[in-house]
Formats: sequence, C-alpha cells, structure tokens
Amino acid sequence: MRAKSKTGRVLEPTPWCTVGPYFSVTVNDSNSVRAIAAPDAKGERVKLICAVFDRDGKPVTDTLVEIWQANADGKYNHPADRQEKSIDSPFRGFGRQITDENGACEFETIMPGRVPGPRGALQAPHLEVGVFTRGVLKLLATRIYFSGDAANAECPVLALVPKTRRATLMALPVAGQPGTWRHEIHLSGPKETVFFDV
Amino acid sequence: MYPPYRLTLTRAPRKPLIVLPHTLSEVTGPVFGHGDIREADNDLTRQHEGEPIGERITVSGKVLDDNGRPVPNTLIEVWQCNSAGRYRHRIDQHHAPLDPNFSGGGRTLTDAQGNYRFVTIKPGPYPWENHPNAWRPAHIHFSLYGTAFATRLVTQMYFPGDPLLPFCPIFNSIPDPKGRERVISKFELNRTEPGWSLGFRFDIVVRGREATPFEGKK
Repeated sequence: MRAKSKTGRVLEPTPWCTVGPYFSVTVNDSNSVRAIAAPDAKGERVKLICAVFDRDGKPVTDTLVEIWQANADGKYNHPADRQEKSIDSPFRGFGRQITDENGACEFETIMPGRVPGPRGALQAPHLEVGVFTRGVLKLLATRIYFSGDAANAECPVLALVPKTRRATLMALPVAGQPGTWRHEIHLSGPKETVFFDV
Repeated sequence: MYPPYRLTLTRAPRKPLIVLPHTLSEVTGPVFGHGDIREADNDLTRQHEGEPIGERITVSGKVLDDNGRPVPNTLIEVWQCNSAGRYRHRIDQHHAPLDPNFSGGGRTLTDAQGNYRFVTIKPGPYPWENHPNAWRPAHIHFSLYGTAFATRLVTQMYFPGDPLLPFCPIFNSIPDPKGRERVISKFELNRTEPGWSLGFRFDIVVRGREATPFEGKK
C-alpha cells in the first residue's frame, strides 16, 4: 500500500498538455458525434449551434467541442447515475464536433431534463461542455443553459455564478427557426464565458 | 496562461474559474465499448498496405486513478506525426515528406486491469512558429475519458533524453518539474520485442471521484 501524499492522493494525476492543432488525425468525421440524441429519442428536439471566439472576437477554428447531457427525464446514461429513472436507448448523451472556418459546429439533441444538484435542489436543464483547442493548456469546462427557462432562476449551480456573468452561459433561440439554439463561447476578452473548475 | 506559449495570450481565460461542486453531471460521462474500436486501431504500423518508415516502437502502460486503482475499459485515443516530423493534416505545412503508409491515429480500450498497448513508429521532432527557431520535441498526443466528465485528460507523451525538452514552451507550461517528469515515457528493456521493436512505458493517472454526488434521495 502506497502512502498518501499531502494532497490526500496516492498518485498525482498526469498533467494536462494542450490538444494542439492536429487532433483530427484521430478525432474526425468518422468518429465524431453530431447526434447526441438519435431522431427517435424522447424529448423536445434541439438543434444547437456552438461558436467559439478568442480574446479579440476572432472565430477559433479546429477546436473540439464536447457535450455531455442527461436525457429528457434527467437521467444520465452512466452507471454512477442511480436515480430510479429509465435510460432512453436512442439517447447516448455524448457528442463531439470540430469547429469550422467560422469557429462553429452543430449538434442534434433534445432538451435535457432536470437533474439533482447540491443538497438535492434540482438544477436547470443544462449541458456539460468541454472545449479543447491549441493555445489552451487544459480542458475548459463550461455549461450551456437555455435562455428564458424558468428553472434557471432556481438552479443551485447558476446561483454560484455572479449575476452579471450568467448570460455568458445562456444559449439563445434563433429567430424564425423553432428548436434551433445558438451559443457563443468566448475564451477570453470582454465577453469571456464562465469556465468552471471541475 | 503561459506567455512563452504565445497563443495562450489570446485564448486563455483571464477571469478566475468558478469552483463547481460535483453533481451527477460531473461524476458521469460517456461510456465507450469495443464497438467504438476497429481491428488495427492500436497498431499504427498496420493501417496501410505497406509498413511506415521509422523506428518501430511499442508504447504501453497502465491507466490508474489517483487512488492507485486501475481504470478498466476506458477509451484512449492517440495522434502523432510521422518519423519525418509531418502530420497527415491539412494545416501542417512543414517541409517534410508524408508517408503513404502512416496516418498517425490510434484508439484502444484499456483491459480489465487498466493496461493498454500501441504499436507505432517513433515520431520525429518538427519546427513550429511560436518563436524563432522553435522545435517541438518528439511526442505522442493522448486523450482519455476516464470514468466521468471530471476525469477527462488530454496530454502529450515525450521520450526520455530528448535534447529539445528544455527549450519547449508547451512542455515547460507544466509548472511543476515533477509533473514534467510524469509526461516523459520510460525506456524499458523488458518491453522491447527482441529483433522487432523498442518498448516505452507510459503510465497515466486520471483523477478519481472526489465527491459523492447528492442524488436527491430522501
């Protein structure tokens, strides 16, 4: 049995290094996942456009955007979710796409249900988001919420975010395209998105 | 942000991260299986009709969590340049030849004891535009999902004794010297395959579950 270090760990985690520009050698169209939810998954359909920008507002291309989300009932397709709710088999909950020349990528999914948060308070519908790009040393973890959802006002995680910055986590409905939402991720600069230490 | 790595200046967030207590959303994550892997995905020397040019190596090791427990059935994805230092990628303009027999991408799942193994060729060093006369040491990129959204890891594996390591701002962006040591693989004679390939060991530690999520039970 190895002794625990000062940090309480037996082993120190391997450090992060940047994903660099060339990850699509392996993570590419043949194994990226646009459909977080297959067409027959339960729930309200959502087409989600994500666009990534740098400090100067320039689009960030060749960036990996990963999404993890719960199904329409608020259940994750994972053994650590022991809620008594059912898995919806056409719904995997995972997606990853690479941004194009406009810094944008698209996902097909459904509106997630609510999942419990700290002290049992229900969280508002949200997606977990990971952003990986060259010039970023480690995972940027953020969330996407849906603007106008009444549950946002009572989400215990959103409550941890200063009011003035909450809008940076909100996807906005696209006018004239029902079910289509757009979300901007600003890595830095005046509109910097809220990123989390997970 | 790490100014010697220039691109971090316009891309690294400046505001403090907000600490997120782990909820079900962070302690769950995508699960992968054998359906996600194809034959020869872990042998980068067998993905084309001929064999790639270069020094044949195996890279193998164990994936553990920070409690020292093996992480079984987790997806590992790797990518690398060829032995001349060129990636098969549209934005790599390095004046070095592509190898028709080398794509540079691999995938595998760890076994029940957390072990993995790739067969490949040793990647070459290559110049990049960060600063005058900047060179990347030979490296292989690794991406792992671990068991949850919060255990995701993307890193780079380096080779022991590489003279370019002290000059590389990406390698040096790891603040702790002990951390930098942990991304350098070890040459192990007992991992060589006599008459065939040299063996490098690279053990990877992902974060374990730190918090028990509140699951809303009464």
